[in-house]
Amino acid sequence: MNEKTIAQINEDLLRPVLLTTRRFWIAVLLLGSVVAAGVGAFAYQVWYGIGVWGINRPVFWAFDITNFVFWIGISHAGTLISAILRIADAGWRRPVTRCAEVITLFALIIGGMFPIIHLGRPWLFFWMIPYPSERQIWPQFRSPLAWDFFAIGTYLTGSFIFLAYPIIPDFALVRDRVTGWRRKLYTVLALGWRGTPKQWHRLEKAMHIMAIVIIPVAVSVHTIVSWDFAMAPVPMWHSTIFGPYFVAGAIFSGIAGLIIAMAFLRKVLRLEDYLLPVHFDNLGKLLLTMCLIWAYFIFSERLTVWYGNESAEMAVFWTTQRGPFAPLFWTMVFCNFIIPFPLLAIKKFRSSITGVVMASCTIVIGMWLERFLIIVPSLSHKYLPYAYGSYRPTWVEVAILVASIAAMGLFYILFSKFVPIIAIWELKVGSHKPPVVHHQVSVVRVSSTAGAPATDPGLLATDH
Amino acid sequence: MRVLYALYSDPDSAQQAFDSLRANGATPGFDERQIAVVSSEPFDGFDFFRQDHKTIIPWIAALGGLVGGVAGFWFAAYTQAVYPIPTGGMPIVPFYADGIITYEMTMLGAILATLITVLITARLPNWKRKLYDPEVSDGKILVGVIDAPEAYRAELEKKLLGAGASGVKEFSSKSG
Repeated sequence: MNEKTIAQINEDLLRPVLLTTRRFWIAVLLLGSVVAAGVGAFAYQVWYGIGVWGINRPVFWAFDITNFVFWIGISHAGTLISAILRIADAGWRRPVTRCAEVITLFALIIGGMFPIIHLGRPWLFFWMIPYPSERQIWPQFRSPLAWDFFAIGTYLTGSFIFLAYPIIPDFALVRDRVTGWRRKLYTVLALGWRGTPKQWHRLEKAMHIMAIVIIPVAVSVHTIVSWDFAMAPVPMWHSTIFGPYFVAGAIFSGIAGLIIAMAFLRKVLRLEDYLLPVHFDNLGKLLLTMCLIWAYFIFSERLTVWYGNESAEMAVFWTTQRGPFAPLFWTMVFCNFIIPFPLLAIKKFRSSITGVVMASCTIVIGMWLERFLIIVPSLSHKYLPYAYGSYRPTWVEVAILVASIAAMGLFYILFSKFVPIIAIWELKVGSHKPPVVHHQVSVVRVSSTAGAPATDPGLLATDH
Repeated sequence: MRVLYALYSDPDSAQQAFDSLRANGATPGFDERQIAVVSSEPFDGFDFFRQDHKTIIPWIAALGGLVGGVAGFWFAAYTQAVYPIPTGGMPIVPFYADGIITYEMTMLGAILATLITVLITARLPNWKRKLYDPEVSDGKILVGVIDAPEAYRAELEKKLLGAGASGVKEFSSKSG
């Protein structure tokens, strides 16, 4: 990246907020149409009942729960990665963190809607919320479904605060550049932020504490999602490996989702000077690590089942290896390992943005298939062979899935219209020179926090 | 409140202004706490940015976590005790299952305590007219003196200009 002045950084990163292009409206219209179609499908389901889905006895969970697990997994990328990089004080994180944190927020909102959609009577969702009831229908706190409510609620609250608090200084920046109703709006959103040392110190301290707290919460959320399955005595579900297996898969799909979103933003918002190839290369290395970890977990899961040779589990095992679910299983292996591994391992491919994005696209598809293959084969082949079943999705379920993907894009575009998608003040911190030594304390603080005297995020990216 | 201030393009100039004000502050009858700094980014490592850096937020966060955890466990355990259901010989108040609620509520308590403490200590939200200059958002650093004695105004202006500012401005919280 060429050295940018503060004025250039302001101009480049505030442009998407201050100017509305035709491309923006076209994207909103297209994505909005798909979301509207999905809402229509959902309304159709509410009107006619869940008989319009393909679920049946014994496959009571299918697309909606797959989507739930998938989106909660995607949500892992943002806040978790951002928090880890923040604690490690990795300089290259600066242009990436907000893009990532936004994914978490919207993926959680979308993912959290699926259990409600799946209820069949979504208007009774408040039965999950603890409230005094004369019918004594309080939540059953021993149920993993109640754990979900608390885990997702905590992660959503934490992720929202983790995202929103560092936005306040950027709202103040926008406030100083707009007029009319937008000035009033951003004045309210900026909360009266001025930028005194006290406010900056509190912001930085809060972000450090939040980063430390949010990492175990992120891990717990997907562990608890895995316990929705692992607590049930269903073949290939009742496994102690499910917690870390789900978390690894979530981080894997989350990083892939983040890379796709960053590539999309880079093109659409013309952020080529900020989202550099080195950022994709670094995330590609993380993705490669997760690719190998995922391969280890899937092998480990299959190995223990095969070695145990328990008849009910083997029935599920063989349906995925050479039975009706085998095409999906092997597609998953191709998408999650065979294709992305060389793309990410060979530097020539990884250092090109196209290579990393291609790998990410196959991984996102593969990870959705993985979630589906965890749920449906086990439910369709439980302990009693006479109760075996099968499952085929209907257009309603497919429409809602596609709409959820479009909703992610729509939310992302709308967000980047109102909020600078790259944290401007954080980028400026990376661009100014470190202080001339004024006293002994300064020397210690600078060397321990700022690291190398980098003058731009790109340089930081290569140095750290 | 009246503030005499100047804007600086780089942190070294701001530091110079801060140092000269601090060094001679006692003579015109003000102390270091009356020196105001406003910037569009944090300047860790600079002396002028070290004001108000001490905080008890981590302790408040830990306390919030403790309160959240106790409340979470009580909430789950009280519900189970008041509305007991057949558990097939398993405990009515199970340690492991309630541990999850306790854990999540501990974290939520820490997160909310951090947020509330930060908002209160950073005085946010506050939409009243306060010392600020829109040029700060262009990267300028504001350094000034709050309620400086009028008799030393010329001397203070000289110090502020001497550090590289192009002009000295005045802010009053009473004017429009």
